[in-house]
Amino acid sequence: MTDKLLIRYSYNIAANDFIAAGKGSSSIKNTLKSMGIDASTIRRIAIISYEAEINLVIHSYGGMLHCDLYENKIDIITEDKGPGIENIDLALTEGYSTATESVRELGFGAGMGLPNMKKYSDDFDIASSREGTFIKITVLLQEV
Amino acid sequence: MKIKEIKEILNAEVITDFSNENTDIKYGFASDLMSDALALVKSDSLLITGLNNSQVIRTAEMLDMSTVLFVRGKRPCPDVVSLALENQVTILSTEYTMFKACSLLAINGMEGIEADD
Repeated sequence: MTDKLLIRYSYNIAANDFIAAGKGSSSIKNTLKSMGIDASTIRRIAIISYEAEINLVIHSYGGMLHCDLYENKIDIITEDKGPGIENIDLALTEGYSTATESVRELGFGAGMGLPNMKKYSDDFDIASSREGTFIKITVLLQEV
Repeated sequence: MKIKEIKEILNAEVITDFSNENTDIKYGFASDLMSDALALVKSDSLLITGLNNSQVIRTAEMLDMSTVLFVRGKRPCPDVVSLALENQVTILSTEYTMFKACSLLAINGMEGIEADD
């Protein structure tokens, strides 16, 4: 079976912690590098994971970032504790953002997070309610 | 363009240096919005920014970029430098404003990135 989960790496991401933001994605990137996955695939996964991690820091009350490794694909998954995305279609529009001015001063909140994640993915799933948001982004691994 | 040339053109200070004679930077990308960089930037690019925090280095790390240029005399804080050392990112700092720095690099042959590449 090619869809058997081989291993899951999980990171607890705290809300508003801009100092730690990116540590989880950095760890994912280094792990994938050590596995010998090709550089362009790693780059796509790193960008997706980093945007997802930043979104958890900026927009959520905190949550989990997972990297699920399968034989033929990698899933980046985020699960947070709310407050949810009011309008997913709008959130997927380039340039649309609900981020605060203080977040923008840090270089984020330009409304490119979700569009970037989608752009670099092979498959993109999102579901959101007030209780939380679930995002699953798939990147297919190239045959070696 | 070699780091040595960039340094000379911009009279830049080298804060961290992981470059060698083979480090060649083809494109320049200037922004204070890291998501714009994440959307467009190629790995053989120079990230030119006035934003001074650790997320600049994280962005360079995710994009496999070797070099970041801080404009307008911004000097990175110790935590930014330490993250750059950890991730082997070269940091340059120039007194020139962003537009002036970009102009000088462009005149000397550095290319921009097309939005639809």
